[in-house]
Parts: sequence; structure tokens; C-alpha cells
Amino acid sequence: MTPLATSLLTICGMAVATYISRAAGLMLMSRVTPGVRMRRFMHAIPGAILASIVAPSALAAGPAEAVATLATALTAWRFGNLPLAMLAGVAVVLGLRQFVG
Amino acid sequence: MNAQSSPASGRLSFSLGGVLAGFRACVPVSLGVAVYGVLFGLLARQKGLSWLEAQSMSLFVFAGASQLIALDLWGPDLPVVSLIATTFIVNLRHVLMGAALSPQLLRLGAAQAFGSLFFMTDESWALALGRWADDSRRGRASDAAFLLGAGLAVYTFWNASTALGHVLVRGLDDPARYGLDFAFTAVFTALLVGLRPRRADVLPLLAATGAALLVLRFCPGKWYILAGALAGGLTAAVGPPAQAEEQRP
Repeated sequence: MTPLATSLLTICGMAVATYISRAAGLMLMSRVTPGVRMRRFMHAIPGAILASIVAPSALAAGPAEAVATLATALTAWRFGNLPLAMLAGVAVVLGLRQFVG
Repeated sequence: MNAQSSPASGRLSFSLGGVLAGFRACVPVSLGVAVYGVLFGLLARQKGLSWLEAQSMSLFVFAGASQLIALDLWGPDLPVVSLIATTFIVNLRHVLMGAALSPQLLRLGAAQAFGSLFFMTDESWALALGRWADDSRRGRASDAAFLLGAGLAVYTFWNASTALGHVLVRGLDDPARYGLDFAFTAVFTALLVGLRPRRADVLPLLAATGAALLVLRFCPGKWYILAGALAGGLTAAVGPPAQAEEQRP
């Protein structure tokens, strides 16, 4: 196989692997009727994923990021406006990074 | 397409209006995504990928984290199997994300649901989730095409920015200089707040945060998201019942 064919086939394989991951959750849920514990598990998943995505940068990156996360959360809580909260977070982190590492 | 209106267990509507609403809601976030698309295109060129290869990856794989990780593994002697396996593992979190949207997606035709899922990213998933939770709080009928619209916004910006990065841009190698790395944290924080967690959700959220930080210390890559999700879910499953349990359809 030519190098280009190999790399395009690899990309094909990556695409299939990714799509399987995207479709598998729905396929599982369409076959299983969740019981009480399963429902509690699923109910908690969205928040748990969001908290996990945020945790490293919010709590383990440094004081600027921690304060900016707090500012973002407060802005989102007060105004319920996503672009505004995003802007507030970026502005605070940019400002604070001038002073702290 | 089914044009009938939808009672609680019937079909959800899936309209062009829903696609456009999702697209519009996702544009600000997609601008942040585009910064990383430019970075991906740029790094792909440095790694020796042709434009065709880089663009194919963005068009067909369409998963930022695994594409950037793939660049790390990319070389003259292509490690085909580990590239595909790594891609799958990095994307395992999608399984739980797709399952979390199943209350809405199961009320669509298969083509609509599985078509929409091709475009599901962390960003569009979180926006759709927030939107649909808000709908059910207000007793408003959801338009299930919101997920597709939000995904298409990310898709458009990701692909345009991949091309831009590969063909044109030089020098945008450090988004942190402009605070742009934080845009994602900010978006996901705001969406978490938008879920309006109740008291019963606190313990699972703490478990998720703790597990994510722990795994982050010991494993590279995106394992921390999967670990946090599982820890949060299991804590909720074995914990005391949440009073909000029956509220989400």
C-alpha cells in the first residue's frame, strides 16, 4: 500500500472508532430498560462529566484559574448568559495571569 | 419526518428551527473550538500530514482531543492499530454522553438520532443537555434538532479552522497567551451552573471532582473525564435517593 492509502485507511479506522463511541450509548439505552439504580446513575452522569471536565483547570491549574472559574460560575448564576460567562472567565484569567503565574 | 405534535412519550419535533437555534447557541463556543482547529491544522502540517490527511481527519473523525493525540503518535511508520485503539479509548466518554441524551434521542427516528450523534462533541452535548433540562423545567416542548444544530456549528468551525491552520496561519502556537485555553473551562462551568444542581447532587459532584483530580495525577490523556463520570454516577447509584429523580423524563 502507498503511504497515502495507509494513512487514509487509518483515518477511516479512527472515524469508525469515534462514531462507535458516539452511537454506543444510545444503542445500549434503547435495549435496556433502566432500573432505579441505573436511573440514578444516569441522572448523575451529566453533572459528573461537566465537573470532571472543569476540575483540572479549576482546581489544579493555579490561583488565577480557580478565581476565574468562580467568577464564571457567579456570572452564569446571576445572568444565565453563556457568552457573557465565557467572556467574564477569559477576562479574569487574562487579568490575573499578569500578576500570578 | 413525523410532523405530529409530541405528548410526553411520543416523537419529539426535529425542525429546521431547532437546528438553527442550536447552531446560533453554539457559535460563541465554536469560536473557541476554532482556535484549537487552527492549532491542529498547524501541528498537522509540522508533523508532515498533507492537507488532505488533516482535513479528512477533521471531516470524518471530528474529535479534537483524539486528533491532537493522534498527531503525537503520527510518524513515518504509521502505528495503525495503536492510533485506532487510542482514538477509541480517548472517546469512551462519548458512550456515557450519548446515554445521557437518550431520553430525548429515543423519541426520534433512528436516522435522526444516529445522524445527530455523528456531530456530538463535548460542547454541543453540554449545550443540548442544558437546553433540554431547561425546557423540561419550564414545561416547554423540546426540539431535538438542537443537538444537531449545535454539532453542525462546531463541525463548520472545526473544519474551516483546520484548513486555515494548515494552509495559512503561522505563529498561533500558544492559545494560553490570550486566555483562550480558559474559554472551555468557562463554558463548561457555566453549563454546570445552568444544570442547577440540588442538594442530592452535591455528593456525586464531589466524588466526580475528586476522582477526576486523582486520575489526572496518574494517567495522561482524557481518562480523568471517564473516571469522574463513573465515580459521580456510582455515588448517586448507591447513595440515598434523590427527590428530583422522577423529574427528568
